[in-house]
Amino acid sequence: MGRKLLLEKAAVEGIRSYEVYRREGGYLSVEKALKNMTPDQVTDEVKKSGLRGRGGAGFPTGLKWSFIAKPEGIPRHLVCNADESEPGTFKDRYLMEFLPHLLIEGLIVSSYALGSNTTYVYIRGEYAWILEILEQAIAEAKNNGWLGKNILGSGFDCEIYMHRGAGAYICGEETALIESLEGKRGNPRIKPPFPAVKGAWDRPTVVNNVETLAAIVPIINMGAEEYAKIGVGKSTGTKLISACGNINKPGVYEIDMTISVEEFIYGEEYCGGIPGGKRLKACIPGGSSVPILPANLLLKTAKGETRIMNYESLSDGGFAKGSMMGSGGFIVFDEDQCVVRHTLTLARFYHHESCGQCSPCREGTGWMEKILKNIEYGKGKHSDIDLLWDIQRKIEGNTICPLGDAAAWPVAAAIRHFRDEFEWHVNNPVECQQHNYGLAHYADALEPA
Amino acid sequence: MVQFTEEKLQKIREIVAHYPEGKQKSALLPVLHIAQEEFGRWLSADTMDYVATLLQLEPVEVYEVATFYSMYNLKPIGRYMFEVCQTGPCMLRGSDSIIEYIKNKLSINVGETTPDGLFSLKVVECLGACGYAPMMQLGKHYREYLTPEKVDSIIEECRQNAAQNN
Ligand SMILES: Cc1cc2nc3c(=O)[nH]c(=O)nc-3n(C[C@H](O)[C@H](O)[C@H](O)COP(=O)(O)O)c2cc1C
Ligand code: SF4
Ligand code: FES
Repeated sequence: MGRKLLLEKAAVEGIRSYEVYRREGGYLSVEKALKNMTPDQVTDEVKKSGLRGRGGAGFPTGLKWSFIAKPEGIPRHLVCNADESEPGTFKDRYLMEFLPHLLIEGLIVSSYALGSNTTYVYIRGEYAWILEILEQAIAEAKNNGWLGKNILGSGFDCEIYMHRGAGAYICGEETALIESLEGKRGNPRIKPPFPAVKGAWDRPTVVNNVETLAAIVPIINMGAEEYAKIGVGKSTGTKLISACGNINKPGVYEIDMTISVEEFIYGEEYCGGIPGGKRLKACIPGGSSVPILPANLLLKTAKGETRIMNYESLSDGGFAKGSMMGSGGFIVFDEDQCVVRHTLTLARFYHHESCGQCSPCREGTGWMEKILKNIEYGKGKHSDIDLLWDIQRKIEGNTICPLGDAAAWPVAAAIRHFRDEFEWHVNNPVECQQHNYGLAHYADALEPA
Repeated sequence: MVQFTEEKLQKIREIVAHYPEGKQKSALLPVLHIAQEEFGRWLSADTMDYVATLLQLEPVEVYEVATFYSMYNLKPIGRYMFEVCQTGPCMLRGSDSIIEYIKNKLSINVGETTPDGLFSLKVVECLGACGYAPMMQLGKHYREYLTPEKVDSIIEECRQNAAQNN
């Protein structure tokens, strides 16, 4: 049983309310930070903890905080990224829905470290009921003196406001999010300048993921050194994984980044195996943008080592033979699933979500969707597979924001590992429309543990 | 002409105050949500012009935002809109057949509304509920682990709700 730092109290009756949360030790990290530490000491502690951003890119959080510009007389802002729209990812929702005060607590300590007197939570528009839960938690925190003027007599003022998006995946990208916060279309900005220098309303701004900001609470409570002891190498602390697809127990799990991928999929404590005793075909381990891996490369790395659920191990082998931790959206495919069809839904997704500013992304995602549709519906040619490969290569690295790459990578990995399945579609135009298709990429079913 | 109630206007003033002086444009997304809820579940040109006046913006600043985000409806929709997720993870758990089932049951295609104006069907991309698939959004809430039986009972529930609130 792995150690739980974030979800430890999730099952406590009534933990959503302030009284219960406080009784269970809530808001102690605010007391500790505001009474005994300077803002820079908090940032140093986060640096020492080794915490890496949980939004997808895995950038060290403390380092990011230390980049924030501090021009005289200009306010700075912390913005919490609760846009959560990467297919396969639903961990932030879980955290906000069941432990709203944990996020608020993390936001207060982080705002103190960054000197943000006005902090925003940008939440995807569809999470309307979660917005209400958080608004209630903010009001409770304020009524109890954790927000407002001169918190705990420290001289630090802080307000937290919710900002509701309106349906656009691209607004999860930090500069698009800032545009959207300013009331505009979510068009990503060209960097530099980076948000840490010129962000919201041209003020220094740090954007962090929900889970990242919640993790500040245990770091301050237990101390960076203790926190860094959990996990291995550069994967410190715990990570939330949202597991979905063909598994017995979809849901959100907190892991300590030392368990194997195999244990995560088959262990009763986690996904509980694959329904109907079917075999494992493939998995996208970190949200739709990261490469899909066939079963043989998923459970073991190319070197033949057991693959572990952490940043280093999941990316071992690079894009040719590995994948990424990404956002922690873990999507499992059983032997009957069609990779071509799944890739088509992702291409459609990225085409739909492209903001349209750069032609390689705007046009390329449309072309990929169209070609994949032809292949999936029995109208593909062999040359289409090469064309698809060519288009994804021309998108990657040629756009303003990483959405272009995020659209290219899933297509590249699907062709790289499942080219025979694409060819089968071209060769069997009638059958490929009648049933899903699983070539022999699967791992043999394991006995239930 | 559309017009917010005094209560809503007060709420909007509060929202505007969350942003820096002179940056009232930042309130545009939240205010459009309120406008859509108040004025018939969609944003007419009248509604958008009204919001522009309220926030001291050019109308085009409102139109370009309203057309960018998928949650703003630019045409009238049925009283109950089924927004079914069709992205990969939901597909792996049978969203395609749920969409087919709803189409047949309501005799409409995606993007259409039933002749009685009660139901609209829309397909949407990942709503962050992939572990509880197949799923759809209905108003403010999510309906998860959909099966044909569950769809039947949701339709029935909407019909009863409509009959009671007429
Ligand atoms: C297209 C795109 C979508 C993104 N969506 C999200 C998102 O929904 N949530 C999130 O936290 N980060 C998202 N990111 C990453 C953010 O740009 C940013 O790196 C992150 O919020 C930083 O937080 P972290 O350092 O705490 O991970 C997205 C990035 C891209 C390119
Ligand atoms: S890569 Fe795509 S989403 Fe990103 S700025 Fe360019 S067009 Fe927009
Ligand atoms: S794929 Fe349907 S909710 Fe994520």
